[in-house]
Amino acid sequence: MALLDVQNLAVSFVTRNGTNMAVDGISFSVELGKITAIIGESGSGKSVACYSLLGLVPMPPGRIDGGRALFEGRDLLQLEESELRKIRGRDIAMIFQDPMTCLNPYMTIGKQLMEPLLYHHRVTTEQARARALELLDEVGIRDPESTIDNYPHQFSGGMRQRVMIAMALINEPKLLIADEPTTALDVTIQAQILKLVAGLQLKRDIGVIFISHDLAVVADIADTIVVMKQGAIVESGNRERIFRNAQHPYTQKLLAAIPTDSKQPRPDAVQPLIQVRNLCTWFDQGRHREPVKAVNDVSFDINRGEVLGLVGESGSGKSTIGRSILRLVPVTSGEVSFDGTDLTTLEGRELKAMRRRMQMIFQDPFASLNPRMTVYDALAEPLLLHRIENRKTVARGVLKLMDDVGLARAFVRKYPHEFSGGQRQRIAIGRALATRPEFIVADEPVSALDVTIQAQILDLMQQLGREYGLTMLFVSHDLAVVRHLADRILVLYKGEVVEQGSGDDLFQRPQQAYTRQLLQSIPGRSLLA
Amino acid sequence: MWRFIGVRLLQAIPVILVVITVTFFLVRIAPGGPFDSEKAVTREVKAALEAQYKLNLPLFQQYTSYLNDVAHGNLGPSFKYPGRSVNELIAAGFPVTAELGLYAMLVALGIGGLAGIIAALKPNTAQDYIPMSAAMIGICMPSFLLGPLLVLVFGIHLDWLPVSGWGDIPGDKILPAITLGAAYAAYIARLGRAGMLEVLSQDYIRTARAKGLPEWQVVVKHSLRGGMIPVVAFLGPAFAGLLAGSFVVETIFQIPGLGRFFVQAAFNRDYTMILGTTVFVSVLIVLFNLLSDILAAWMNPRLRAQFSQH
Repeated sequence: MALLDVQNLAVSFVTRNGTNMAVDGISFSVELGKITAIIGESGSGKSVACYSLLGLVPMPPGRIDGGRALFEGRDLLQLEESELRKIRGRDIAMIFQDPMTCLNPYMTIGKQLMEPLLYHHRVTTEQARARALELLDEVGIRDPESTIDNYPHQFSGGMRQRVMIAMALINEPKLLIADEPTTALDVTIQAQILKLVAGLQLKRDIGVIFISHDLAVVADIADTIVVMKQGAIVESGNRERIFRNAQHPYTQKLLAAIPTDSKQPRPDAVQPLIQVRNLCTWFDQGRHREPVKAVNDVSFDINRGEVLGLVGESGSGKSTIGRSILRLVPVTSGEVSFDGTDLTTLEGRELKAMRRRMQMIFQDPFASLNPRMTVYDALAEPLLLHRIENRKTVARGVLKLMDDVGLARAFVRKYPHEFSGGQRQRIAIGRALATRPEFIVADEPVSALDVTIQAQILDLMQQLGREYGLTMLFVSHDLAVVRHLADRILVLYKGEVVEQGSGDDLFQRPQQAYTRQLLQSIPGRSLLA
Repeated sequence: MWRFIGVRLLQAIPVILVVITVTFFLVRIAPGGPFDSEKAVTREVKAALEAQYKLNLPLFQQYTSYLNDVAHGNLGPSFKYPGRSVNELIAAGFPVTAELGLYAMLVALGIGGLAGIIAALKPNTAQDYIPMSAAMIGICMPSFLLGPLLVLVFGIHLDWLPVSGWGDIPGDKILPAITLGAAYAAYIARLGRAGMLEVLSQDYIRTARAKGLPEWQVVVKHSLRGGMIPVVAFLGPAFAGLLAGSFVVETIFQIPGLGRFFVQAAFNRDYTMILGTTVFVSVLIVLFNLLSDILAAWMNPRLRAQFSQH
């Protein structure tokens, strides 16, 4: 018998604007010792379905419209809150997406770890602490004795996710629900966490539901894959069948969205637009401490019309390089020249004139767009500021930009929050293109997006790059994405360039151990190759 | 940490200097003088009095001489209470005001904090609207209206509590404390509600629920600390406001506190007394703001770590 058997689960949200079917009669099951992956884009209902099993969907506005969820013979949907609470955290535990926000910043991790144990079982504080230490050790936290009384902010993202996993496993649950546990992490850390989850699952022989928007992520670990779209299951089956022989067009689209190809380097004449020589950007840490050498003695050229990929994990200095070129952070030493002019010495009006020729696209389009400005205002502002259009012609300019980035003209009076993540990134791209720049720094522009949307935005950037004749510095932690878009790739580690070459060179003949490690972190290589 | 405190205290010096200067010249601009309402005195007596209190010196010299005294902790002699210094008068009145302020603060925290938490648990329901509407009324209602109303109902109509006095009859401290604390209870309720709502929408609250913790533990152990930080940061200004604003309540309930001295001093043009109490209260405001800032930072582990580094 299955550990969890969900039949015809239906969940809806009742709002002022009517009833919204979030989960529309889905059925799936989870076996002991197996990993079931639920795949779908944001809003497909995959998280809501799992939260509703544990009574974690706020009601109202949520409402369970029907179905059964048999867990060890009991229907979770029919249980009283007090009964369900005994199962939550004891028999069924959860890991969430963002370890930055999912741990209580006001409590030490030790206290948070011990809590489920102390609440569900009769154990002393000493016993709980001993158990917490064991688990921290098991999930790979170094020196747990001295870190157990630290607060979450003292850990890195990957380490926090390990703490979350330890917390979920402390009561030895039979079912673990992992909701996008690696989406907020770097590719290398993601690979480690995936390995950890798979290893713990195997050792304990428990059932796992792994929720993700990315088929590639679950390619190596899932036994069964369930693909959801708009609240319904479009296809499900074992891993090999889904990857080798997907039937539903949506699954095929998801598979196609995983970037696997290499861009062929351009053969044209080499004429550098940007020359970076011995760039150092250090951040002072106060008088008595060594400065953080975010970028240390980095030199490279970006040729006119070229897309240069910059790859590395968090803290490798890749974003700082982009910002240093645009003079958004003060450069410690070295030279950055743009079209023959040294940028590091420019001031005032000259710098402003130069900035018009260089633009930036950020990772989080929501944070970088002013929530109180409509799309029209956001796009018109740079056009007017840099006198590219005058008051009479600005409307036409805005509409042209909307067309270019593939947004319907009718959306022009809407505010950023009314758009999806992908659409917001289109607005941000449009705003960056408004000044007709020659050079764009794109800092993780697709990292916050679902895979299918990611593919669309990458296509858009490629197409616009050609149309506008853009030179681009494309910063990302994801080698697969960079390979798809970049002519040449620079691999960065701890502020220094460790390797560079074309996508094919790096993928087929990596020279450095670190590059090989990055390559091995790309999820789903085995099935996608 | 010590550096932070030191810097803040240094910053306070110019602030207090400005307060002294502005007050000093403002009260002198006001018509009348400290001895105008005395029975007719001979010119010689008046001149002798003015000489005694250095009022015959040029204004600027009086100012520098006063600054010098204040720097040495001497707030000067009172003009209206012969033979007593302003320091003595403040020392006599302040304990009463401080006690009243403390009780009022307890009332404000108890009622306001609880109302804020209760409202935040079920936002946009009756459980939210009722305490928050009451808070709005509390903010709008001035203490000179609330005080007499409370006296009318609980002192006269129901005859449960004494109508005035301080420490004479049991229970006579209750109505003044409530009158003074009500407005602050209302502010705290609103701040507490906003803080709690913010925290309760955080991802880590969902984590706590997923652990199977009962709702009261989610609120008490996981939400309270973060949710109350805005309230704690408000305590400093609130406490200072309580002390400064207590003169209305002290007048209504005939309480021999600092506030009453202050009001009388203003009417009597008791220059040194006005200045002395103003300086004293502004020092208190600076100190309480500093204290609540330190406390609020201390409650946040991330800020605490930054603090102990420096």
